[in-house]
Amino acid sequence: MNTLKKFLGLVWMVLGPLMMTFLFIQAIDKIGLTHSDIERTNAILQWAIILFIFLPISLGLMIFGFYAWKGEYDRLPESSEEL
Amino acid sequence: MSDNLPQNNIFKVIGASSLGTLIEWYDFYIFGSLAVIIGHQLFPEDAGASALINTLAIFAAGFIVRPFGALVFGRLGDLIGRKYTFLLTLVLMGGSTFFIGLIPSYKSVGYAAPILVLILRLIQGLALGGEYGGAATYVAEHAPKNKRGFFTSWIQTTATLGLFLSLGIIVITKNILGAETFGNWGWRIPFLLSIVLVVVSIYIRMKMHESPLFSKLKAEGNISKNPLKESFNNKANFKMVLLALFGATMGQGVIWYTGQFYAQSFLENTCKLDFNDSRYILLWGIAFATPFFVVFGAWSDKVGRKWIMLSGMLLGILFYRPIYQIFLDDTDYSKIEQADILSVTPAPVTTVLMESSTDSLRTVSTKVSLKNGGAFNRVQTDTVSATKGILLGKEIIKDKVLPTPMFWKFVGLIFFQILLVTMVYGPIAAFLVELFPTKIRYTSMSLPYHIGNGVFGGLVPFIATLIASFSGSTPLSGLWYPIGVATLSLVIGAIYLSNKRDEKIND
Repeated sequence: MNTLKKFLGLVWMVLGPLMMTFLFIQAIDKIGLTHSDIERTNAILQWAIILFIFLPISLGLMIFGFYAWKGEYDRLPESSEEL
Repeated sequence: MSDNLPQNNIFKVIGASSLGTLIEWYDFYIFGSLAVIIGHQLFPEDAGASALINTLAIFAAGFIVRPFGALVFGRLGDLIGRKYTFLLTLVLMGGSTFFIGLIPSYKSVGYAAPILVLILRLIQGLALGGEYGGAATYVAEHAPKNKRGFFTSWIQTTATLGLFLSLGIIVITKNILGAETFGNWGWRIPFLLSIVLVVVSIYIRMKMHESPLFSKLKAEGNISKNPLKESFNNKANFKMVLLALFGATMGQGVIWYTGQFYAQSFLENTCKLDFNDSRYILLWGIAFATPFFVVFGAWSDKVGRKWIMLSGMLLGILFYRPIYQIFLDDTDYSKIEQADILSVTPAPVTTVLMESSTDSLRTVSTKVSLKNGGAFNRVQTDTVSATKGILLGKEIIKDKVLPTPMFWKFVGLIFFQILLVTMVYGPIAAFLVELFPTKIRYTSMSLPYHIGNGVFGGLVPFIATLIASFSGSTPLSGLWYPIGVATLSLVIGAIYLSNKRDEKIND
């Protein structure tokens, strides 16, 4: 199980930047499809919210993956005293 | 200490904490439940679907700032105590809700209207971010170790009961005032009413005592000097914050908001169900499912928290698409045969002059009643132009009323979704409380909870509606967001989380 945890850590590390790249491409694509100024402003606002929120979260996922890869989750603390 | 607390005292603690939290949820939810009406008030009349999406964006903004509220008030809670912190959050929440009820419309003040609501909505989000962690921590720190899941599950019921209360008050107000008056100004009443509820709750909370574990820490001089630094600069603690977020609260958040919010939005906006029908369905579903918060909370004291929560996520992943497909199929009234129609009643034709134009909009509406008890309105809006003549609009079917057997079938499907909510949400307060030590508990547990619920969960209606509006998407495409997030959380939770309970939380 610990080996699986470590190797999945690599997946989470890659998934963070992949998720952001996907969102950036979607944002550019959808903003480009707008027809009027109002639609464009709305689309920019909506996608700015999404990117603003998910950028730090994808960074968090990368850190989580890094910790998993380093074996930090091989043994979880059984009491909060161990934290 | 908490193990020796008399049974009647613990129920006083639960009652006082839950009432305030219930009111905060009520305040927070009325905005979401009235998104369509508020959209008409805050944005230009010809904004159409973008008004709904922008209103949902304001709704989502309240969720997005919840993690910041968790940090600000969590820090306060770990520094000055649980009791005074969540008194403050209650005042902020009640005040901002009351002022939303007083906001002028777009017609009166233009774009100042949505900007003011956005500011008040941000204050609501900050307050809620501080409230929940405090209430859950407060109850858990009073509860005996073998009943922590059971006692904190009462706090968990408040989120759903808050929605129940908000829907109930909205439906009652609308039925008393009538649809038109409610759309004009009656929608403000549920917001204004909040101030009464908040005053009652403040009175009750003023009588509460500080948490025994926090009081002990304070007496010993062991309270944290910098909870934020201790929570997030300490790697051992920070890695647990990340695990709690990605392995539990993220998936729990999307299951919760899909079952309670996206379901309602889908029935009303996609299936075009009647305003009252969509809310009655949700009300019944909530009423039947709410006791299961306590059932799963208590069960988690015996079998552990992990697998109950993950099972809820798995069932959501497997069943969301079939359930929503049934919603779509059963409300497809476009294939109604002539023989199924009982009566057809045309409504008076209305004509409204368009803003900044000489053209007008002519609406032709016909009410169709079916022999099986169902009904719907056929509505066609044409543009009457002085230069181009009449441009015929597309006929839409809306305000669908379901036949009784189908109504109860929908209640069953909503009940099932809320049952999944109770599985993921019932045990989570105890799970989070046990993960972190007392002196930084308020701060540490609040952040993953509010990112999971506020950001991942709170964005479900907004992102799912946005995905479903893309060209080439189907009405079910929006479900890929909660399904994808829940799948990721399920995998991480199953592999990395432990099912062991930390029985000693007074450290």
